[in-house]
Amino acid sequence: MATSLELRSKAEQRPWIIDDRQRGIFRVARRAFVEDEILLMERDRLFSRCWLYIGHESELPKPNDFLTRNVGGRELIFNRDRKGVFQAFLNTCPHRGALVARERKGNAIAFRCFYHGWAFNNNGQFAVRDADGAYPDDFNSDGCANLPKVPKLAGYRGFYFVNFDAGAVSLEDYLADSRQILDLIADQGPDGMEIIGQEQRYSIRANWKLLLENSFDGYHAGDTHSTYFEYLSDQIEMQATLPTETRVWDLKNGHASIEGEAPWGRPVARWIPAWGAQAKTEVEAIKQELIGRLGEERAQRIAILGRNTAIFPNLVINDIMAITLRTFYPLEPDRMNVCGWALGVKGETRDMRKRRLDNFLEFLGPGGFATPDDVEALEAAQRGYGALQEAEWNDISRGMLRKGGFHATDEEQMRCFWREWARRMGADQ
Amino acid sequence: MSIAIETRAPVEAALPSRAECEEFLIEEAALLNEGRFTKWYDLFLEGATYEVPQAGSPDEADSAEDLFYIADSYSRLGHRVARMTKKGHHSEWPASVCSRLIGNVRIVAKDDDGAHVESRFITHRSKNDVMDVFVGHHRYVLRVVDGNIRIAEKRSILDMNSLRPQGRVSIIV
Ligand code: FES
Ligand SMILES: [Fe+2]
Repeated sequence: MATSLELRSKAEQRPWIIDDRQRGIFRVARRAFVEDEILLMERDRLFSRCWLYIGHESELPKPNDFLTRNVGGRELIFNRDRKGVFQAFLNTCPHRGALVARERKGNAIAFRCFYHGWAFNNNGQFAVRDADGAYPDDFNSDGCANLPKVPKLAGYRGFYFVNFDAGAVSLEDYLADSRQILDLIADQGPDGMEIIGQEQRYSIRANWKLLLENSFDGYHAGDTHSTYFEYLSDQIEMQATLPTETRVWDLKNGHASIEGEAPWGRPVARWIPAWGAQAKTEVEAIKQELIGRLGEERAQRIAILGRNTAIFPNLVINDIMAITLRTFYPLEPDRMNVCGWALGVKGETRDMRKRRLDNFLEFLGPGGFATPDDVEALEAAQRGYGALQEAEWNDISRGMLRKGGFHATDEEQMRCFWREWARRMGADQ
Repeated sequence: MSIAIETRAPVEAALPSRAECEEFLIEEAALLNEGRFTKWYDLFLEGATYEVPQAGSPDEADSAEDLFYIADSYSRLGHRVARMTKKGHHSEWPASVCSRLIGNVRIVAKDDDGAHVESRFITHRSKNDVMDVFVGHHRYVLRVVDGNIRIAEKRSILDMNSLRPQGRVSIIV
């Protein structure tokens, strides 16, 4: 078994990316999607050091609520204590490792490990008295029997993140300009936003970074999703065309977003004919509320424009015909587990909620008219990488030399990701 | 009172028997297995719904409150069917090879909506040298119209804990 240092030196022999700003050429080595060493390094340098999304505040509405979730390869408990304070624990018994909570969610003032019965209050404090002197009197004076806390947990506008590196920069600094995108999402409802039902949990037989790229790839939509646009043309009673005016936002620290006006309907707040006349009144009222609360310019931006955003390394927030949040973690270089959530306006009417979910399902998720075709594209790319000895590079140069602002069909947003990826994976860390 | 009985009686009489339901569902599965999607769509009544809730959902999950995989109106189902044979439906082009096995057909209830029928299914999907298995149960509301059994509602519930490793429901399970 090679040591991680040996692996590093092997992986670092050849460049991972070529970033030639003079010629306008940007390439990514296909081995970044394939090699085990690179995945090992990603676990260490990305998933153990970056801020990772754990959940939304609406998922834990009451004190003592908890949910369990795999984040960055670790099983976690995300909960609120008796006072309602948000916390995150590693869901592994300090005794001999078993999962302490095995339900997906619940409400509990204490957790009890079923294996040998160790118990903890919902602040993680060990809560067992062993009468027979089996353990020394000062057992747990160092906290060894408490449920281990995740080193860092922080929230921004209701979105909670964890960090396994106790020395990491603050969440706000890390998020940098991506906070503006989270603001644009969080501001959509007068009483805030909420996760709708359960998240979709599926998997893809491809490297996790392929889904990252795909989630804000404005270039592929026309080709990969022709059947979706045929469906949409029917819904809007005219030819559905891709936005002509788009922007790309470099949100710093590897985060980026593309923005533009697309032809689909938006629950907040862009009406389409298929929704009918009554919905038109309702959507107009939603827009007026936005304008009253946020001002004309910001309200227009929220209502009319859509945006696909990736927060480094693996939180996607697509505010398109509906809002989806998505995380994905590698199991192997060519296999990932995906979680896809739907986010909606708290307190929206049942009709509006149904419209939102219909919008979600028409495009997104395992049964949508688009996501399965993305999955096929990702898996097709992964299979193509089998030839990486002979065909070594991916090209994401599109629009690199463009003057006066990038378009969503350029690949600048992906270059933002890959520059940060290479920086964090590189020797300067 | 007698009026109520009289209006009720024809409805009851028009409901199919268990054996008729089973024969119908076997034929339905055959249409899908043979890729005859337009014929399959013809089995649905106008205004019918076709839904696939998330794996492990309760039978009564509500598509206006919960996130499903599929919650098609009659018209969207028409688009799904049309998409089934398009080359732009990359997930199913070239077409996957599927086999649908159904059984345990029973009538769970009868009311004015029709016969509420349940069956169990095992569907295999094979593409790109990978075989995926989908396991679950279908719930139908079936009615007899002009002497033919038709589908007023169909809901396919995956008795699985997640969509891993299957990843997608780009087929009609
Ligand atoms: S592993 Fe939890 S009590 Fe032993
Ligand atoms: Fe896509």
